[in-house]
Amino acid sequence: MSENADTPVLEIADLRLSYYTRAGEIPAVMDFSLTIGKGESVGLVGESGCGKSTVANGIMRYMGKNGDIVGGTIKFQGRDMAEMSEEEVRRMRGKDIAMIYQEPMAALNPALSIGEQLCEVTIVHEAASEAEANARALEMLDSVDIPDPQRLMDSYPHQISGGQQQRVVIAMALLSKPALLLLDEPTTALDVTVEAGIVELIAELSRKYETSLLYISHNLGLMLEVCDRICVMYSGEVVEEGHIDSIFEWPKHPYTHGLFGCIPLPHADKNARPLCAIPGQLPLPHERPEGCYFGPRCSFFEAGRCDRDLIPIEEVFTDDDPGHRVRCLRWNEIEPGDAVPKTDSRDAIEVGDIVLEIDGMRKYYEVRDTSLAAMISGKGVTHVKANEAISFSAGEGETVAIVGESGCGKSTFAKVLMGLEEATEGEIRLGDTNIANLPVRERTQEQLRSLQMVFQNPNDTLNPSLTVGDQISRVIKRFGIESDPAKIQDRVFALLDTVKLPREFARRKPRQLSGGQKQRIGIARAFAGEPKTVIADEPISALDVSVAAAVTELLMDIQREFKTTLLFISHDLSAVRYLADRVVVMYLGQIMERGFTNDVFAPPYHPYTEALLSAVPIADPKVEKRRIVLEGSLPSALNPPKGCPFATRCPRKIGDICDNEVPPEQNASARHAIACHIPMAELSEVAPVISLAEEVPA
Amino acid sequence: MNDVSAHLNETPAKPDPLWKRWAKAALLLRESRVGMVGAGIVVIFVLLAIFAPVVAPYDPNLPILPMAYPGTAAPDGGIFLLGTDHLGRDILSRIIWGGQRVLFYATLATCSAYVVGIVMGLVAGYFKGWVDEALSFVANVILSFPIMVLYVLIIAKFGASGLNIVFAVVFASSPGIMRIVRGVTLDIATRDYIAAAQTRGESPWYIMLVEILPNAKGPLIVDFCLRMGYTTITIGALGFLGLGLPPPDPDWGGMITDTRAFVTGGFPHMAIMPACAVSLLVLGFNLLADGLREVSLRD
Repeated sequence: MSENADTPVLEIADLRLSYYTRAGEIPAVMDFSLTIGKGESVGLVGESGCGKSTVANGIMRYMGKNGDIVGGTIKFQGRDMAEMSEEEVRRMRGKDIAMIYQEPMAALNPALSIGEQLCEVTIVHEAASEAEANARALEMLDSVDIPDPQRLMDSYPHQISGGQQQRVVIAMALLSKPALLLLDEPTTALDVTVEAGIVELIAELSRKYETSLLYISHNLGLMLEVCDRICVMYSGEVVEEGHIDSIFEWPKHPYTHGLFGCIPLPHADKNARPLCAIPGQLPLPHERPEGCYFGPRCSFFEAGRCDRDLIPIEEVFTDDDPGHRVRCLRWNEIEPGDAVPKTDSRDAIEVGDIVLEIDGMRKYYEVRDTSLAAMISGKGVTHVKANEAISFSAGEGETVAIVGESGCGKSTFAKVLMGLEEATEGEIRLGDTNIANLPVRERTQEQLRSLQMVFQNPNDTLNPSLTVGDQISRVIKRFGIESDPAKIQDRVFALLDTVKLPREFARRKPRQLSGGQKQRIGIARAFAGEPKTVIADEPISALDVSVAAAVTELLMDIQREFKTTLLFISHDLSAVRYLADRVVVMYLGQIMERGFTNDVFAPPYHPYTEALLSAVPIADPKVEKRRIVLEGSLPSALNPPKGCPFATRCPRKIGDICDNEVPPEQNASARHAIACHIPMAELSEVAPVISLAEEVPA
Repeated sequence: MNDVSAHLNETPAKPDPLWKRWAKAALLLRESRVGMVGAGIVVIFVLLAIFAPVVAPYDPNLPILPMAYPGTAAPDGGIFLLGTDHLGRDILSRIIWGGQRVLFYATLATCSAYVVGIVMGLVAGYFKGWVDEALSFVANVILSFPIMVLYVLIIAKFGASGLNIVFAVVFASSPGIMRIVRGVTLDIATRDYIAAAQTRGESPWYIMLVEILPNAKGPLIVDFCLRMGYTTITIGALGFLGLGLPPPDPDWGGMITDTRAFVTGGFPHMAIMPACAVSLLVLGFNLLADGLREVSLRD
C-alpha cells in the first residue's frame, strides 16, 4: 500500500449510517465527517445512544445484519473503502485497522491460550512462521508491560485479571502494526487504578508505533489524558470539534458546556455550587426535532431560528486552533459565563443523632474444598474474608460514602446491612437493636422500612413484568403507609412528582423507560416507605454523565427533604468527593482510611487513597496531578496478604512489617483514621495529589 | 418524550385492558410466516374440535357403509370425504371427534404438567441447596427412563382412561418443565428487583409467583407449544398401543391400530387418514413454537 506522508490515515466525509428495525429506518449517524492524520489521536465523546460506537462499526464496515451505510465516504489511507471488495475489507480488519472493545473477556477466546491467540494474528495476516509469531507475541506482551510474558502465553483468558486481559487485547491489536486503532470505551469495565495504567499505556504505545487512534469514550477526563483532538457527538452528529485544549478552554456549543457542568470537578461543592444537569434527554433517532437536535434541551434556544433548518457545522475563528468547528447558530452570542446556568446554593443538611452504627463487623464466606487432598490435610474449609472489622457510624441526614474498587467487599457489606447475608461477627446497630445477625425474614416491618436500598444496574432494578405504578404502590401497601387504593394512587403520583417524572409513567413498563428514568423509579421505590437510611449501591455508575448529574442532585434533594441518612457506595471518587460528608475507603474487605471528606481528600493520605486519587481522570486542564500507577493486581480474597492487605501493591511500603503485621489505625485528626504502618508525621508530609495549576499547561 | 415537564402532573389515561395487550402481542406473530402457518393449522383443529357436533357430517360411532374409499357417495346423498373404516364409520367424523378428545386431553395434561413443573422449578431454583438437589435428583431419575416405557408402565398399572393419560403425561413431562423453570429462576433470582422484594419482607411464594414467574413466560410459552405437540404424539402412540382412550369413542391412535391390518389389503386410507391428522396437528404446534421463538428473538 503506497503511503504518502500527507495522506490522512482516515478521512470520513458526510457519513450516514442507519439501522433497520420494526419501527423502520433508524438514522443512527447523520452526516459525520472526521479526518485523522498519521499518529494523531482523536477522541469521540458523547452519551450513550449518540452513535459513537456505530461510527466505529461503520469504519470497520461491520454494521451487522440490520445496519447499513446509507451515504458518504470513508477513505482509509486515501482509498475509498466502498470500492474495496469484501475480501479486501476482511483482510484489512485486524491488520490495518484494529479495534479494542469494552469487555476484554468477550474479546478473547476462552478456549484458546493467550499465546495461540496472539500468534494467530501474525500467522494469518503476515504468513509468519510459528517461531517468528511466537517471538513477536512475546515482544509485544513485554511492551504492554506484562510481567513474565512467557508464562502468560500459556495461560487461558480466565486465569488472568481484567486489566491484564485488556493489555493482552491491546497487544493483539498492535501486533500487526495497524495504521489505525479504534478503541471503544476500552477502560470502562475496569477499576480506576487499573484504568490509569491502561490509559497511560495506550498513549505511550501510540506514540511509539505512530498509530493513529480513535478513542471512543463518555469520559471527558480520560480524553484529556490521551487525545490531541476531540469530537463531541450529540444525537448522531458532531456538534463540536477541535483541539483538546481549545475545547476544554473555550467550549462553544451549549451541549459541550452542559457536559462540563455535569462533571463533579474537585472544586465543585454540593451546597455552594451544585452540579447542573442538562434538562431533558437525548431524542430517539426517529423523534429528532426540527433544526438543532439539541434545541429542546438548550437554554439558548431561540424559537423561529434554532428550529428551522438543519444547522451546518462552521469554523470558529480563533488564532490558536484553526480546526475548531461548532454546530450552533448562536455560538458567538453565548458568553462563557452564561453558558452553564447558575444553580442556587443550598444550606448544608444538619447532621443529627447517630442512626446506624457498625462495630467490628466481619463477614467470612466458607469455601469447602472437597478434594481428597484437602480432606487428608485437614484443610477442607477455607474462608473468604469479604469484610474484616468494619466500624463506622452514620448520623441522621448524613451522607457516608464507602469507596473502593471491585472486590473490596463494599457490596457484601450492603448485603449484610440489608439482611440478605448474616454477619460472621460484630454488631450493626440500627436504633437500639443489633441487626447484624437478623436475616431479612426475621426483621420487623419497622426495621425493614427504615432501611431501603437503591441498586446499581438500572436494567435490573425494576421487574420488567410489572408496571412502575404497581412496583411503587406495592412498597406503600407493604409497609402500611396507606391502605386506601385512592390514597395509595395519590402517593405514587406524589413520589413520581418528587423524582421529576410524569405521572403517566405509573402505567408504563420498565422497558419503556430510559436508564436514568429507571434509576429515578428505583429511587422513588426506595423512598416510598419513608426510610430513615438508604443504601445506594453505585446508583449512578451505569448512567451517562448528564443523567448521573441529574440523579445525583435528585438523590440529594430527596435526602434533604426526608432527612435521610445516605450510605453511598461507589468507586467514583469524583462523585464521592462531591456529595459525601464522610468517606470510608475500603481495600480487600478492610477499611484503609476513614474521615471527613475534606480530610480524606487531603494529606495525610493512606497510600491507597493517594493512588486512587491519582488514578481518577479529571476533566479540567487546570488541575495538575501527581501520577501514581499501581503495579500488579488485587490479591485473591481467598488468600489475602498476612499483614496489610495493600502491602503487595503499595508504592510506599516500608518493609517486612507491612507484609507481616496488620497495620494499626492511627488518628490523623478527630474522626480521621488511617490504617498504615508509616508514622503519621511522615504521612502528613506527603504533597497533595491534585493541585490547581496557576498557568494553563500548553 | 422531550418535553417531559409539560405533562408532569396530568393524571394518566386508562391503559389498554389485558386482552388488548395480549392481542397486540399475538399480532406480532404475523412477522413470522412459519408461525402463521402453524397458528393456522392449530386454530383449524381447535375450531373443528369446538364445533364437532355441527361440523362432523355423521355420528362417529354409527356403522353406515363398510370399507368405502374416500369420495364414495353415502346412502343419504352425502359424500364420505375421507372414506369409511372396516365397520362402516365415517373417517372424517371420527377424526373430528377424535381431535376434540386429543386436544382436550393434551391441553389438560400439558397444563397440569406445567403447574407441577413450574412449582418444582421455582422451588428448586429459588431455595437452592438441598431442596434443589433433592428435586433435581428426582427429575433426573424420571428423565433417565425411556419415556414410552414409562407411559406403558403407568397406563398398564392404572388402566386406560383419560385421567390416567393426564397423570402419565404429568409424571413424565414435569421434570423437563422443571428444568427450564429452574434455570430461568436461578438467573432471575440474582436480579436486583428480587433483592428489593426480599428487603421489603415479601414471602418466598410472592417473590416466586409475582416477581419471578411472569419474567419466565417467554421461554415457557415456546416450550408449551412444543410440548403440546409431544403430548399429541404420546396420546396417539398410547392409543396405537391400545392404552389410549377407551373405545368405542374415536381416538386417533386407536383408529390406526384398528385398521392397520387393512393397509396392506388395499384399504390404506383407513390408517393413513388419522395418521395424517396426528402429523398435521403436531406439525402445527412445532411451527407455531418456531414462529414464537423467531418473533421473540427479534428486536
